[in-house]
Amino acid sequence: MQFHKYDVVIIGAGGAGMRAAIESGQRARTAVLTKLYPTRSHTGAAQGGMCAALANVEEDNWEWHTFDTIKGGDYLVDQDAAEIMAKEAIDAVLDLEKMGLPFNRTPEGKIDQRRFGGHTRNHGEAAVRRACYAADRTGHMILQTLYQNCVKHGIEFFNEFYVLDICLTETENGPVCTGAVAYELATGEIHVFQAKSVVFATGGFGKVFKTTSNAHTLTGDGMGIVFRKGLPLEDMEFYQFHPTGLAGLGILLTEGARGEGAILRNASGERFMERYAPTIKDLAPRDIVARSMALEVLEGRGAGPNKDYVLLDCTHLGAEVLETKLPDITEFARTYLAVDPVHEPVPVYPTAHYAMGGIPTNIHGEVLRDNDNVVPGLYAAGECACVSVHGANRLGTNSLLDINVFGRRAGIAAAEYALSRESHVDLPENPAAAVEAQVALALSEHGQERVADIRTELQATMDANASVYRTEDTLKQALHDVQALKDRYAHISVQDKGKRFNTDLLEAVELGFLLELAEVLVVGALARKESRGGHAREDYPNRDDTNFMRHSMFYKQGEGLSADIRLDYKPVTFTRYKPMERKY
Amino acid sequence: MTATAETTAGSRGSQPPVPDGAVTVTVKIRRFNPEVDDEPRWDSFDIPALPSDRVLNLLHHIKWYVDGTLTFRRSCAHGICGSDAMRINGVNRLACKVLLKDLLLKGDKQTTITIEPIKGLPVNKDLLVDMEPFFEAFRAVKPYLVTYGNEPTRERIQSVADRERFDDTTKCILCACCTTSCPVYWTEGSYFGPAAIVNAHRFIFDSRDEGAEERLDILNDIDGVWRCRTTFNCTDACPRGIQVTKAIQEVKRALLFKRV
Repeated sequence: MQFHKYDVVIIGAGGAGMRAAIESGQRARTAVLTKLYPTRSHTGAAQGGMCAALANVEEDNWEWHTFDTIKGGDYLVDQDAAEIMAKEAIDAVLDLEKMGLPFNRTPEGKIDQRRFGGHTRNHGEAAVRRACYAADRTGHMILQTLYQNCVKHGIEFFNEFYVLDICLTETENGPVCTGAVAYELATGEIHVFQAKSVVFATGGFGKVFKTTSNAHTLTGDGMGIVFRKGLPLEDMEFYQFHPTGLAGLGILLTEGARGEGAILRNASGERFMERYAPTIKDLAPRDIVARSMALEVLEGRGAGPNKDYVLLDCTHLGAEVLETKLPDITEFARTYLAVDPVHEPVPVYPTAHYAMGGIPTNIHGEVLRDNDNVVPGLYAAGECACVSVHGANRLGTNSLLDINVFGRRAGIAAAEYALSRESHVDLPENPAAAVEAQVALALSEHGQERVADIRTELQATMDANASVYRTEDTLKQALHDVQALKDRYAHISVQDKGKRFNTDLLEAVELGFLLELAEVLVVGALARKESRGGHAREDYPNRDDTNFMRHSMFYKQGEGLSADIRLDYKPVTFTRYKPMERKY
Repeated sequence: MTATAETTAGSRGSQPPVPDGAVTVTVKIRRFNPEVDDEPRWDSFDIPALPSDRVLNLLHHIKWYVDGTLTFRRSCAHGICGSDAMRINGVNRLACKVLLKDLLLKGDKQTTITIEPIKGLPVNKDLLVDMEPFFEAFRAVKPYLVTYGNEPTRERIQSVADRERFDDTTKCILCACCTTSCPVYWTEGSYFGPAAIVNAHRFIFDSRDEGAEERLDILNDIDGVWRCRTTFNCTDACPRGIQVTKAIQEVKRALLFKRV
């Protein structure tokens, strides 16, 4: 066991983690622990843009952006947080430009902006050009730019350090976060990092689904660790399905394609979004477009030999727009489906994309331990966190915005908190004991279940029973399946017993997090007997503000993987926007 | 090459159902785990796969159902994160961007694919190499915007043409396909290598940047751009289609003629 001492420890090196590190690293002694090399993080897969009301190409203001975000989130958004995000968006984009991000430019040399789903002029009148972008590589450019600036500022990284636990020390005022415990992939050694503050920025858990835009490594580790500590997770039933995944593969094709004018068509060539969202059509928010696509297929209007997808038609955009503004997705379609978007429409179907829920935080990134109190020293930002700026459905581009605005805020808050403490709070006794036991158990001989089998079955049941449309029956089936898989997980076999880069062990540990988070998602979806944003219940098709205008809060009860889940609720923060029916 | 014994590895239990239209692929993988092996060896796996499968799918099949000790990096699985660079049939590729159908001759029902770790970096285990020397070279070229004086309140103005000037080199995902395909890098590990020069180029030709002189001084070093022998392996290897050799030539020219 090795021991380290820092002011701030940041877990995760995607957009949120590195944005936090740039702030924290310049103020306090900071270490970034990351399961992957920083430039491998999935922020790099984001494509279309990052919205901010710069008004570089047409009239816009941050209040409209706030409204769109709240309406897009089906009024489950905490309005104070949305206001902060939309207001700080402008500086967030300008900061990135000053760090060197190569945005596309207008003829005047300003940052160019494009249309995106759900972003409108004057409270829904028409689509507005708000998304700042770099071709269809905006996430790649953000990830690279942030890493470049981490290099510039000499940020200290511990690459391929897989954090498996955090240290909470009980004090008379409740638990305080005092560090993190990591497994070093290269050596199998356990490292304890004592810190005054810890920031989670570990991303999402899309790998609970089979068809997903998410990376293999997005297994909800941070959320899982927090949940196992008895701390709450918020709004986990709200999971976003991005409308345009490459059919059968789930690889993301940016909404920016539709922002540039691409059109969704069914088998007969009809522009079906005109029926579902007459005003902004193909640029309706993702939940609405994904449901519309699923309905087209369910009602027999899907394209292809099995009528199981719809078509994204970019052919009228012309080769130049595709090659200059959408080059990567053009290449994805060519490489993976052998379809050339210049000449033929691309088969697409919704793909599991983004967790609206996560570790509840306030607007400073401080992690909540219940509805009213924070855990001093513990912070979270990005997809693993729930501020909540996305409510029941995130608008496109708002995730890149979220990581920059709240990553920055969490980094500053964590550093300032650390600097305000004279000394480190003592670690709990034997801080590494739980992780050592967990690793030893996984490596011991106790069964013949294969990790891949359990993961495949988990993903199959989640795709079949807990995706775009849900019912009581499908969700009960999913819950039954997940619980049975959790029982089998107790008998997994890890074949690689070595200490050196044991990725077999890593996958086994990741599966434990996936199972737990899948169960939370399903329990939340069962309990929420309404349809709101990304959560669509066929048996409860309407939004029910009387009973469900509130955040879900999930607490783990007891020890072990098969412990129960307690569901509580938290009020939504309103400022100036009253819930209305959501029409586009 | 020092590989010796050829073994066909066992299985981790019953195999998943073979999909319709599958062909049999013999995947030959160069294995090395310093924890147990004295030297590298070749393992061979016969597995069913669809022509639409990526090479990464084949590796996953082996790891998940045959030999859990097989070790490689991967994350996004669609050519964006740069984790899974490896030598596939003798050329550097991302395993998630090579489809089996592109390795099959027409009508083939059977084929052999050879997979080795990228060359020039120490092998840590199987297909997983030590990336530190690679990132060290990257960090050494000041791969970030260098500016002096006061920052503007709004964004810096940059014309569409000026932005276009360095567009190609902004695409780099630091996968190391280029650097580890370079014969000079194989023999002279001290050479910065193509990827570092690509990332220097990305800033040298950015109209907003004021650090070109510093970077050119670094690249004028004995281990800098002059080591390049324009073999074009790097350009062939780049999964992002960057004109790597051209970028290196542009940096050389900047040193010779006008210092940008």
